[in-house]
Amino acid sequence: MKQQKISAFLLRLLVYFATIVTVGALLFVVGYILYKGVPNLTWKLFEWKYTTDNLSLMPALLNTILMTALSLLIAVPLGVFAAVYLVEYAKRGSKLVRVIRMNAETLAGIPSIVYGLFGMLFFVTALKLGFSMLSGALTISIMILPVILRTSEEALMSVPDSYREGSFGLGAGRLRTVFRVVLPDAIPGILAGVILGVGRTVGETAALLYTAGTSSDTVSGIMDSARTLSVHMYALSQEGLYINQTYATAVVLLVIVVGINALSATLAKRVSKRKI
Amino acid sequence: MNKFEISDLDLYYGQLHALKNVELKIPERQITAFIGPSGCGKSTLLRTLNRMNDLVEGCRITGNVLLDGQDIYNGSLDTTLLRKRVGMVFQKPNPFPMSVYENVAYGPRTHGVRGKAKLDDIVEQSLRGAAIWGELKDRLKKDALGLSGGQQQRLCIARALAVEPEVVLMDEPTSALDPISTSRIEDLCVTLREKYTIIIVTHNMQQAARISDNTAFFLLGEIIEYGNTEKLFSIPRDKRTEDYITGRFG
Repeated sequence: MKQQKISAFLLRLLVYFATIVTVGALLFVVGYILYKGVPNLTWKLFEWKYTTDNLSLMPALLNTILMTALSLLIAVPLGVFAAVYLVEYAKRGSKLVRVIRMNAETLAGIPSIVYGLFGMLFFVTALKLGFSMLSGALTISIMILPVILRTSEEALMSVPDSYREGSFGLGAGRLRTVFRVVLPDAIPGILAGVILGVGRTVGETAALLYTAGTSSDTVSGIMDSARTLSVHMYALSQEGLYINQTYATAVVLLVIVVGINALSATLAKRVSKRKI
Repeated sequence: MNKFEISDLDLYYGQLHALKNVELKIPERQITAFIGPSGCGKSTLLRTLNRMNDLVEGCRITGNVLLDGQDIYNGSLDTTLLRKRVGMVFQKPNPFPMSVYENVAYGPRTHGVRGKAKLDDIVEQSLRGAAIWGELKDRLKKDALGLSGGQQQRLCIARALAVEPEVVLMDEPTSALDPISTSRIEDLCVTLREKYTIIIVTHNMQQAARISDNTAFFLLGEIIEYGNTEKLFSIPRDKRTEDYITGRFG
């Protein structure tokens, strides 16, 4: 009896400890960045022009937005339409579907620096696109494609078959059924996946260092080299002279990523509510 | 006048022989009920009539199914046109996640009806036809998923009527509904019978006895007995029919 009590107590202690360490680590990281970064956030950092005197992060912020948009423009149609094929057109449980699904899962697990290396060898060198926004966006889109594909697939699969039957029963073809009934219902789920992709793009450095370069100006076209916020932060800390500005950049990045995650969580919640 | 004439029909799901040598003549503008225990093939036969079984993998069909004398499997009739003429109401109410109006307008739009005035008219007529216009006329823009189960099912009937079908197939349309909604739908069936040929699958023998003109009793993929509902329920010819309708099994 007594022994049981002791072991229960020890176990409870262990659980509490694990919780405190997990939450504590997160709070510490966030707190430390805020503590170091917030005092260094000045309006000067948001000026349009980057100079060696004023390390404005504005160009990088704009580049991040452009890079994200371009990557999504490539990856979202591909991912969503591939998912439509897998769920709506391919035979359910066919071998091809399983192979594609396994591939997507494997791709999702590959370290981003490997994508970077591939991007450099293929887009930058072989296709002669150079260090550019385009090379970067192409590399990123390959990287986020599996995420978008898988979440879109899940979203489509969660649409009840009774909707499809209802539509077919009225004489609608597959195309109309997919575009008028199935996709509209799956959109919140697909959006959640897209937002995950945005999160990965914003946080990406390794894949972009190799493909989009580190030019510190706002791009004037998709063939220009450009650094995103994460790459900007990496470059600054690399030089070692501008630690304060690095922390300030980290705060901005942190706010963006937390915002994106919150958005994704809200959407995901809306999806699961619909299903009941 | 027979709407459907089915002969020599065999249907297989992979290895399973789900319908065996089915012969059936379904008269126009009457209610024909399919009864029988679960898994006896009544829903399968119903889904053969508008080719919904085409969507099931490994489903193979041999024999003839004639709609107004035209073979729906080997003829020139495509599934879009077939399903316009032969509408369907499903077991679980399945309105689309759109507004009431959009639900009803979906079918006509599929078949090329454009123009707001025309669609408005179709929506109203269909909802009236399904005896739900009074309840929904002020809620046309509301999400159909917010309706009660019985309302959803009548909306689905309206949706099916909106494409002006000749036949309405009903696959246990009241099995998910409460008794009051059920009796509303039964009344509706009796009204609809004046304009449409109705084929209804039901688990509920009283329902078949109440509303149908003809009844087919299914067992293990075969039609055991088919005929006038009153006769079938009062003096069944086959011992197995008698056992089923007196509740000895099923």
